Amino acid sequence: MSGATIRRRGGARRTWWGSWAWFSALGLAVLLPWIIFDWRHGRHDGFAVALLTQTAIMSVFALSYNMLSGQSGLLSFGHAVFLGLPAYVTIHVMNAIAAGHLWIPEELLPLVGGISGLLFAALFGYPTTRQRATAFAMITFGIGELVTAAATMFQGFFGGEGGVTADRALNTSLLGLSYEPAIEVYYLALAWTVIAVVLMRLLARTPLGRMAEACRDNHERVRFLGYDPHGIRFCQFALSGFFAGIAGALYAMTYEIVTYDAVGATLSGNALFMTFIGGVGVFWGPIVGAVLVVIMQSWVGLVSNAWQIYVGVLFIAMVMYAPGGLAGLIVLHGPVWQEGRIQALLLSYARVALPGLLAVLGFVALVELGSSVMLGEHEKGAVRLFGGALDPASPWLWGGGAALLLIGGSIARRQGRALAARWALIAEGTSAG
Amino acid sequence: MELLLVSVLNGLLYGMLLFMLASGLTLIFSIMGVLNFAHASLYMLGAYFAYEISRRVGFWVALVIAPLLCGLLGALIETYGLRKAHRHGHVAELLFTFGLAFIVEKLVLMVWGPTAVPYRVPPELDFTLFSVYGTHVSAYRGFILLISAAMFAAIWLLLTRTRMGFVIQASLSHPDMVASLGHNVPRVFTTVFAGGAALAGLAGVIGGNYLVTEPAMAFSMGPIVFVVVVFGGLGSLAGCFIASLIMGFVQTFAVVLDISPADLLARLGVAVTPATPLAEVLRVPLPRIGPFLPFLLMVFMLLVRPRGLLGTRDT
Amino acid sequence: MTPALALRDVHKSFGATRIIQGVSLEIRRGERHAIIGPNGAGKTTLFNLISGRLPVSSGVIALNGRPIQNRSPQKIRRLGLTRSFQIISFFHRLSVLDNLRCALLWPLGYRVAFWRLLDRERRLNQAAEEWLERLALTARRDVQAGALSYAEQRALEIGLTVAGGAEVVLLDEPTAGMDRGEADRTTALIREITQGKTLVMVEHDMNVVFGLADRISVLVYGHLIASGAPGDVRGDPAVQEAYLGAEAA
Ligand SMILES: Nc1ncnc2c1ncn2[C@@H]1O[C@H](COP(=O)(O)OP(=O)(O)OP(=O)(O)O)[C@@H](O)[C@H]1O
Ligand SMILES: [Mg+2]
Repeated sequence: MSGATIRRRGGARRTWWGSWAWFSALGLAVLLPWIIFDWRHGRHDGFAVALLTQTAIMSVFALSYNMLSGQSGLLSFGHAVFLGLPAYVTIHVMNAIAAGHLWIPEELLPLVGGISGLLFAALFGYPTTRQRATAFAMITFGIGELVTAAATMFQGFFGGEGGVTADRALNTSLLGLSYEPAIEVYYLALAWTVIAVVLMRLLARTPLGRMAEACRDNHERVRFLGYDPHGIRFCQFALSGFFAGIAGALYAMTYEIVTYDAVGATLSGNALFMTFIGGVGVFWGPIVGAVLVVIMQSWVGLVSNAWQIYVGVLFIAMVMYAPGGLAGLIVLHGPVWQEGRIQALLLSYARVALPGLLAVLGFVALVELGSSVMLGEHEKGAVRLFGGALDPASPWLWGGGAALLLIGGSIARRQGRALAARWALIAEGTSAG
Repeated sequence: MELLLVSVLNGLLYGMLLFMLASGLTLIFSIMGVLNFAHASLYMLGAYFAYEISRRVGFWVALVIAPLLCGLLGALIETYGLRKAHRHGHVAELLFTFGLAFIVEKLVLMVWGPTAVPYRVPPELDFTLFSVYGTHVSAYRGFILLISAAMFAAIWLLLTRTRMGFVIQASLSHPDMVASLGHNVPRVFTTVFAGGAALAGLAGVIGGNYLVTEPAMAFSMGPIVFVVVVFGGLGSLAGCFIASLIMGFVQTFAVVLDISPADLLARLGVAVTPATPLAEVLRVPLPRIGPFLPFLLMVFMLLVRPRGLLGTRDT
Repeated sequence: MTPALALRDVHKSFGATRIIQGVSLEIRRGERHAIIGPNGAGKTTLFNLISGRLPVSSGVIALNGRPIQNRSPQKIRRLGLTRSFQIISFFHRLSVLDNLRCALLWPLGYRVAFWRLLDRERRLNQAAEEWLERLALTARRDVQAGALSYAEQRALEIGLTVAGGAEVVLLDEPTAGMDRGEADRTTALIREITQGKTLVMVEHDMNVVFGLADRISVLVYGHLIASGAPGDVRGDPAVQEAYLGAEAA
């Protein structure tokens, strides 16, 4: 993506605050279950722990996706395959352990997922990575469908509609944990997330990682330097499958059930959304995206049927106006911030943000009104907003929403142009320009 | 024998529908370089629009209006969406169409609900055209064939007889040259995109009641259309046509030939028992692998001929 | 002694258009050879054939006596032939240093090593830093290649081509678009870094050609019309008519 101009190895200053940010994120992840502790019942908040675990899994998944999309310039539309298939393998292995056919320490199950992910990715990746760009996108899309079709077809491995279930209390823990409480699984997932993140970070700095980026920038030139781009894409694809597989194993352990949703198009789409909303050009971008999408899915999903529409619209907005994603925007502000010129922008930001917020409000109102009207129609029984005080079919509400959207939107647009001009002026003086 | 005849007819029908979608996709891709993920969404919208219109006014009006609406929508998408996304390159365009497809699906789900809507074949065409060996062939199938044939004739005339058609043909084979022809490239783009969208809408109108009109129809049709385009070779309309028919036949015949690899092996004298390795895979009857086959064919094609059947260029 | 590079009756057509029509040429080891000719003569196409970017229609191309026509670019590169591009072609989002490291990785035997950290590889980094020095790009080490000035990009293009240490080097218009001073510096650079190698160069700038080349070949519409020492070629009436005519006048 062109948006984020990141300078690698940008000197000592960046390193210390970079690692500071990593460590505080990790600290937060460790402490959050205790911060959101349910003191009344003296136990962990189930919802929060579930949310955190999901965030950890999705972070690994999104980062593994970015090994393809960001580093290698390969747009996959079937990445869930490499989370889902290893998840199936893991759940079968868990059942085999429970039945006494196998003995594997529970802590190492993610490795089982990772290795199976690697193998599946190698198998599917060999023909797929012969292509790049558009053909690659189409083929991965096709493979996603292929595997989803297979998941509904072969009962033995995929368990049909009901999926495959297992119990994660296996009694093979090296640490003597039962893994019955969700919090224990969360810490296991977090540990593996840290391992996976560190490994992926290092991988980006190896000859393979660098050549993958070279292939992304100019696949033809790579050949005249002695490399076969197919080989590079293949290795990168297989390794990406390894990390997606780790996420898959954690998925199986967390939910104790794997259905064909785990290989399906929705999850593949989510990988894409998380990665591109977060930002493909910055290593930690997909983590930001994963956090955001999980929050939207769980919190917004609680109160609204339309959360997916919001994710989709946010995604499109990012693609159109900020192709570097959220992380790209943050990185873009780094130099301006460091040179203390951010104040000069604050007012301009406020001028965009206020009407922008109104427009968002109007949009949300319209979507929610539509959603409740339609829900009333389909489920025979009118939906009442605010306990019947508001009729969702009222033209006043619709008009109000539309007015907010239009007026807020047009003001925000005009102010946005002013902001862009101001930004250019300010950035000229800094290294951000 | 009658099975063969009917299956050939069904395969032809399905192939024609596929081609109606795939031809637009190929044209859009070849000329604009955009892989339009929202193409099947326009097919779905075509069906839903037709359902709403035929419910209120009648099928024949829907047949004209719904594709036009889709075309208009396509023009809007191209002008206000794609062109903006294009500033950030082809990847952004592709992502834009993907996001759009996603949103359209969710919107359709919201507006028309998760189950299929009763979009039916118009009563005027709901009679048996002829019967072969006791199998009835409905007039509507004949009608689909007629419409698609007429459509292809029209496209062919447009492409070979009009100025715009020449430009489009030129840019099919030499995509970088269009601009240097001094032609209004944005207008060509909008026309092609809107035309493709209208074709997809038409496919939705006549396919929606022949098959089924439901929110999942876009995401189940989309991948197959991709397969057709890859299989036929990017940038080749002829390849696209052949591939559409092949996929049509493959899908239809897979449904009617109730055999499994195990049966074939049994004929060769090898019995498949539950103990045989991969017994489950070997025992799956062909009809159940039906949805599978196009993808297998695609992977096979990519292994032996990465450019596709008649493809002229790499991607 | 087998020539470093030998072409025997090489033909190339695009559809019905015959672009290379029977080129035969031998380039001795250690020689600096310039190919000149008017625009559209097929010089770049010839390089594309030699380097494996395009398949030949017919004919034989031999590198150190080994036929290489129609082999993949990477195979040919591994056999010791490298080329640069007329239209600058590198990794625009990687830093200058990383571009050079990419060029060094395969020759130093790293392949797709995913268990080694680039920054820890002393040999690799030393070689890359040396190249930065030679190309006068040390100050631009961490800049994205796409942000370099034109002359710097040209220097990087040459560096990317030569850094891997291949025996036979093809340079396609290395000084295109440069002013006199830049072209002179580039000429000196090329002279230095192709020391002991075989160089084949396409060039329009006659100062560069006559300053560097031991031998010159003239390609006109797919035919080699002359090949020999600079003085002979300059005096060749056919060449003067077909090509140098305009400049001699
Ligand atoms: N891939 C191709 N397909 C069709 N024609 C081509 C192709 N590549 C080159 N040509 C044609 O071959 C001819 C020779 O091109 P080439 O680039 O080799 O010339 P050149 O001698 O390098 O010219 P210049 O000095 O301008 O670089 C040109 O007429 C060009 O249009
Ligand atoms: Mg040239």
